[in-house]
Amino acid sequence: MEYSIIILALPFFMFILLALAGMKMSHKTAGLLGTAGLLIVTILSYMVTYQYFTMPRVEGYRLALQPWNFEWLQFTDKLRIDLGIMLDPISVMMLVVISTVSLMVHIYSLGYMHGEKGFQRYYAFLSLFTFSMLGLVVATNIFQMYIFWELVGVSSYLLIGFYYTKPAAVSASKKAFIVTRFADLGFLLGILLLSYYTETFSFKDLISGGQCMSLISSGATFMGASVTTWALALIFMGGAGKSAMFPLHIWLPDAMEGPTPVSSLIHAATMVVAGVFLVARLFPIYMFDMAVMELITWVGAITALYAAIVACVQSDIKRVLAFSTISQIAFMMVALGVCTSTDPHNGGLGYMASMFHLFTHAMFKALLFLGAGAVIHAVHSNEMSQMGGLRKYLPITHITFLIACLAIAGIPPFSGFFSKDEILTAAFAKSTFWGVWMTGVAALTAFYMFRLYYGIFWGKEAKHEHAPKESPAVMTIPLIILAAITCVAGFIPFGEFVSSNSTAYHIHLDPTVATTSVVVAVIAIALATWLFAKPGTKPERMQSALPSLHKWAYNRFYIDNIYQFVTHKIIFGCISKPIAWFDRHIIDGTMNLLATVTNAVSYSIRGLQSGNLQTYVWVFIMGAMAIATLILILI
Amino acid sequence: MEIPFIYYLVISAVMFFAGVYGFIARKNMLAILISLELMLNAVDINFVVFNRYLYPHALEGFFFTLFAIGVAAAETAIAIAIIINIYRNIKNIQADKLNEMKN
Amino acid sequence: MENIGNEIVFYIIATVIIIFSIMTVTTKRLLRSATYLLFVLFGTAALYFQLDYHFLGAVQIAVYAGGIVVLFVFSILLVSGLGHNTETMKGKKHILGITAAVAGAAVCCYALFTQVFRDSAYAYGGEVSMKTIGQMLLGSGRYQYVLPFELISILLLACIIGGIMIARKR
Repeated sequence: MEYSIIILALPFFMFILLALAGMKMSHKTAGLLGTAGLLIVTILSYMVTYQYFTMPRVEGYRLALQPWNFEWLQFTDKLRIDLGIMLDPISVMMLVVISTVSLMVHIYSLGYMHGEKGFQRYYAFLSLFTFSMLGLVVATNIFQMYIFWELVGVSSYLLIGFYYTKPAAVSASKKAFIVTRFADLGFLLGILLLSYYTETFSFKDLISGGQCMSLISSGATFMGASVTTWALALIFMGGAGKSAMFPLHIWLPDAMEGPTPVSSLIHAATMVVAGVFLVARLFPIYMFDMAVMELITWVGAITALYAAIVACVQSDIKRVLAFSTISQIAFMMVALGVCTSTDPHNGGLGYMASMFHLFTHAMFKALLFLGAGAVIHAVHSNEMSQMGGLRKYLPITHITFLIACLAIAGIPPFSGFFSKDEILTAAFAKSTFWGVWMTGVAALTAFYMFRLYYGIFWGKEAKHEHAPKESPAVMTIPLIILAAITCVAGFIPFGEFVSSNSTAYHIHLDPTVATTSVVVAVIAIALATWLFAKPGTKPERMQSALPSLHKWAYNRFYIDNIYQFVTHKIIFGCISKPIAWFDRHIIDGTMNLLATVTNAVSYSIRGLQSGNLQTYVWVFIMGAMAIATLILILI
Repeated sequence: MEIPFIYYLVISAVMFFAGVYGFIARKNMLAILISLELMLNAVDINFVVFNRYLYPHALEGFFFTLFAIGVAAAETAIAIAIIINIYRNIKNIQADKLNEMKN
Repeated sequence: MENIGNEIVFYIIATVIIIFSIMTVTTKRLLRSATYLLFVLFGTAALYFQLDYHFLGAVQIAVYAGGIVVLFVFSILLVSGLGHNTETMKGKKHILGITAAVAGAAVCCYALFTQVFRDSAYAYGGEVSMKTIGQMLLGSGRYQYVLPFELISILLLACIIGGIMIARKR
């Protein structure tokens, strides 16, 4: 499968081509070129996937392949950074997800971004992102992953700030970059800790476990926690930053300032699940330390609940979807966190459930975002108050959006039901507490998604200057394709392909859990229908019944304000300002003093260099005479 | 009675320092050039006198003076060409006014 | 008698040189300045004659008096009308010049009169013959000057070209 290198090389080549020569091309050429490149990538990804999964298992396991490995930087005898391609079940699965969603977004953007300034730049960045994301998932070692991790961050930054004339977009892109960068500091520290003790970067060596024993048996501790715990927790911090886990989630809602297809690709389907992917990638190592798994579960569970509550009251449809994304990624995190072993039949179900949910979520969340993009395209507003009753005008968008909503709410037979059901099963398997918690969050999910759905497509019709029109075919076709995938993805025997130790696992529904979750979801949907389907004052009355909760939720529990306070008042005020003062007055001051003194001295002796020959002659003669006098006196 | 050769040197010294005064005090560039000629001339006298009095059988001073006269002629020609060119350009040859390129 | 005559002539020449040197730099009119310079140069030539360097005196008159001073006069007439080239002898420069000149002269004269020079007398080496001069100018041996001679010729050539380049109308 050596041709898999093309999957990486082609988007990179497209990026270079579009970035350098894009401005010379017409919009159409640039867009079609980028899309065509990605179509090839998608086909190749499918070929790789087919070939990989049809390879015979070895003693029941799927082996990880490394078709390419290029030795790059040698640090010590054992420690070196390679660049290569690793194919194993999850990376192959991610290849499919990324290339599919990216292709859909490429096609969709042809319509959505039509006529925008910087169209070619947009496609160049999309190619860069696709390249980095693909590189991330096929990384053979943790350092290569880190490199692509940062590249993904950069392309996310570039695309959030695509409308760089809008101050909100600029600050959102900076926020995203800084917050994830801060988290990546933890990631880097974790990598260094891990590689210092295990003396390898390679996933293969790390996962095989032998190397990890040296980490665990090193016995070094810091602040009461072992090195293993620290390394894994720090790496998880990087993942939490990228995946917008509480309390590092604050950048994701703001990232919605970017173009909607970008939100769909980067901030819903692919990049934000990189954190989940990271934990899944290092899953066998995480298994060594249940404390970190506990941490992951808690962070995931709190994030899921928090984001779901906030999503219930937001009025900007993209923000609702953003919080929904945070909540769903937290589901995946929880699913990973509740694992207790690498055996899928005995406590390791969560891994498979997480990956399954990652797969299905990528499809239906991309669909939701693209649908939201179509709505925004039609009414030119993000606010729910500007919408309502759109089902007549946007029939295709309406149907596909409804499918996606049903999928995320967990209604069979749509894909979300199956994956979410596996997560809930895994949570119940760990403890009833987590099972109930996650079922509650699932109910909230159904509620806020249908609040959104009714708010957009039903309810009171807002006044429009001219009637909203259905989007062009380039935008609706991706919606239809994704909707079709959402309808059938649940029936994929996912456990056959991906499981925690890559043995075959046959998905079977737990009737109790499945029934409970469906009933809860239906009740939540019914409640949403009762509240929002018909125009009325019921929502306002609810709101006034719980004024403080609504206010807190609407302001996202003031997390952003806390950050604002911490960064501005404490960090800027108490640390940065004195440092800045020191820098400006002491360090710069010294330099300025030197410069000023030099300047003053030069100015005062400037008269000597007057350029006046007569003065020079006078000085010369007087000097010569002075020397002559001296000689006369001395002799 | 012989003329002490110091007398010659005094003459040349007076001539030289008259030239120095002129060089420093005058403003007109031609006047400055004239002062320069005075100084050169004073030095020529010294060469000749030292040659005649101290090394009567050699001719170094003699030839040095000869060449100095040649160089002086060349130098004056060039200097005057420059001065005329300056005059043509800015209609002035006062040394303290020639500060166009300054500042 | 011959010696006394020599002395009288020397003192006359010395007086002429000193007076006209000072007048050259103190007169306010440029043209006069040039004229006084001419006298000084003649005086110098006379000194050379007196020292029995007849050829040098002739060169002095021909080149300096005949060439340079004429150049000066031409240029003075070119760059300014006759009456307009006065300048005031006042101000800082004036004082600076006097200081330098007086101080320099004082130091030099002090040095001349206090330091013991090798007391050497005028040695009559006779008139330097043209043959000697010619041979020394064009000889390439030790103490012969063909190289400086050629150098000067090139310098003069350069001067001719340079002078034309600088002064020609653009």
